[in-house]
Amino acid sequence: MLKVEERDKFSDHLLASGHTACPGCGQSLAARLVLRAAGRNVIVVNSTGCLEVFSSKYPESAWEVPWIHSLFENTAAVASGIEAALKVTGRLDEVRVIAQGGDGSTADIGLGAISGMLERGHDVLYICYDNEAYMNTGIQRSGLTPDYARTTTSPPGRASMGNWRPKKDVPQIAVAHGVPYVATASVGYPMDLDRKVRKALSIRGPKYVQIHVPCPLGWGTDPSHTIDIARLAVNTGLYPLYEVEEGELRAQRIPKGVPVEEYLKLQTRFRHLFDKDGAKEEVKDIQRVADQNIERYGLIVA
Amino acid sequence: MVKGRMLQGARAMAEMSALCRPKVISAYPITPQTLIVEELSQIVADGDLEAEFINVEGEHSAASVVLGAMAAGVRVFTCSSSQGLLLMSEVIFNIAGMRLPVVMICVNRSVSAPLNIWNDQQDSVIMRDSGWIQLYAENNQETCDLLLQAHKIGEDHRLRLMLPVMVCCDGYLLPHAFEIVDLPSQEEVDAFLPPYDPIYKLDIDNPTTMGAYADPEKYMETRYMLQETMKKSLPIIEEVARDFSSSFGRTSYGLFEKYRVDDASTVVVAMGSMAGTIKDVVDELRDQGEKVGILRLVCYRPFPKEALYEALSGAENIVVMEKCISLGASGPVATDVRSVFQGRPATPRISGFVLGLGGRDVTMDNVRYAIHKAQQQLEDADFVGLKEDLELEGINA
Repeated sequence: MLKVEERDKFSDHLLASGHTACPGCGQSLAARLVLRAAGRNVIVVNSTGCLEVFSSKYPESAWEVPWIHSLFENTAAVASGIEAALKVTGRLDEVRVIAQGGDGSTADIGLGAISGMLERGHDVLYICYDNEAYMNTGIQRSGLTPDYARTTTSPPGRASMGNWRPKKDVPQIAVAHGVPYVATASVGYPMDLDRKVRKALSIRGPKYVQIHVPCPLGWGTDPSHTIDIARLAVNTGLYPLYEVEEGELRAQRIPKGVPVEEYLKLQTRFRHLFDKDGAKEEVKDIQRVADQNIERYGLIVA
Repeated sequence: MVKGRMLQGARAMAEMSALCRPKVISAYPITPQTLIVEELSQIVADGDLEAEFINVEGEHSAASVVLGAMAAGVRVFTCSSSQGLLLMSEVIFNIAGMRLPVVMICVNRSVSAPLNIWNDQQDSVIMRDSGWIQLYAENNQETCDLLLQAHKIGEDHRLRLMLPVMVCCDGYLLPHAFEIVDLPSQEEVDAFLPPYDPIYKLDIDNPTTMGAYADPEKYMETRYMLQETMKKSLPIIEEVARDFSSSFGRTSYGLFEKYRVDDASTVVVAMGSMAGTIKDVVDELRDQGEKVGILRLVCYRPFPKEALYEALSGAENIVVMEKCISLGASGPVATDVRSVFQGRPATPRISGFVLGLGGRDVTMDNVRYAIHKAQQQLEDADFVGLKEDLELEGINA
């Protein structure tokens, strides 16, 4: 094993290369950025999901930091226990705890455990990698799947136009717990992501950061477009980037007039919203979601 | 003079748990477990135990919190019953697979539906396949004694056991009852149970990956190793019981207790508090000249096949009485006892009876009835003590 000083040269790669994520995977990139911001004095707790599976197949591991995976829905509770153990043994000043999972484990099956962790005030940073469906099991709809998106369990058909519900607003659920820091971020904006993770880790108590991470396989996008697509989600207003620190909201401004079509048409999961005549009516609904976000978070300077 | 104090069982168990110095305790309220965790939270609140007591939003998280804390290298404790244990079950299996020596008390209670908060042993028996060592106590003293031993067994380094241990006690009948319990001093406990020294833990100076996933090339080996370790834990369980007996001057039985078994032609096999009633019947029948005994199983998992064969092979009739049922099949304990004799020279008749479900009293009449019926004919999963079975009433009368 390398000595700590030698390993520090490679702190950019605390999630080492050689794992088995798909080309263009937004989640693997974001996870690497999170760890780069966190440094090596962290314990990472990981939900079941793509990130866990592509990084930890025994006897190999891509993790250069202490890392644990238990189950799908209990990550926040496992992290609570680790934090409690660090606290009672006086090590909480030297070690940070990061709990992380996908949108399914966060918004759906693990939400109760996350609520418990936030409510009890554990000094844990929870990171949700939001790729908007259950990708590890083969692209099924989650609570964070956006309007009209095609997934294998929200397929468009003669009687359906795809996913029939808007995204669950988990960041605001976190805010409602009165936690000191909540933020949304995007893998398309790595410096902003880096800053938010560093800030979150500088604050004691429970923190929630939700990162938008395109999934080429699940979204039907070109693997080389991951960053562009992530930026389009932000710049159309569909994925507002903001932080809520001690209840105070600050949003990242976006350019004026980027229509949602530019984002949607690059993804086969929205292909059914377009025909030879162009965008169907439903695209207007999606534009309305973007417009509401723009207004709600003040994304565009009037 | 009797040593000890008159204590409610739950208080005694909480004090014993605290004497084992867990650093993180997590639990969710469920009847009849609640008294124990209430007492423990008071002990922590009074500053008598340096520990984090984590009130969680459900049992799945209670088990997950102690899993995480133990992975971070500290001793832990949790406690549940019935539906709570079932809700934990996913984590229960996970804890064993991750080889974390968590210790918990299962305060045995029936499983819904219908909702019923009273005692049987269905809840913990369902968990028999999980990779946890399971120890069943007869009374409050033994629950406390086993709790102390549980930490020592699970944390054993020599075989790198690192196995979780579930101490099971009958709900209401034990934790709600006042009995004299002799608890050791902190010094005595510390001498018996050294501080938890994990073989592996989450540590920034020595990063490890815990909970890696295993494909078909690796998974089966992990299960094999767990199975072999479970089997190898049998002599450790016996040894810790012997150490306990010599350290504290009170017998602890290890795998099982034999009561008037050695020359018995009919031997009852049972677990938990109903053994007390059965012993009374054994004494009564012995007075009448019947060669009857009871083998009270303490260690249900790992199942001590060899020791049981040795202890039971002289019997003509084995009468398994259990507070659980594998619906559509037989009583699980009876099935296990039958497996002991498969293909072996001794071929006793092994009957199975189901008693005391959902808090139904197990009476001396029930026990006499089961013993005498088993002496006449082979029985399998025969429900004893049904209120509306006229035939049973006739035989009991």
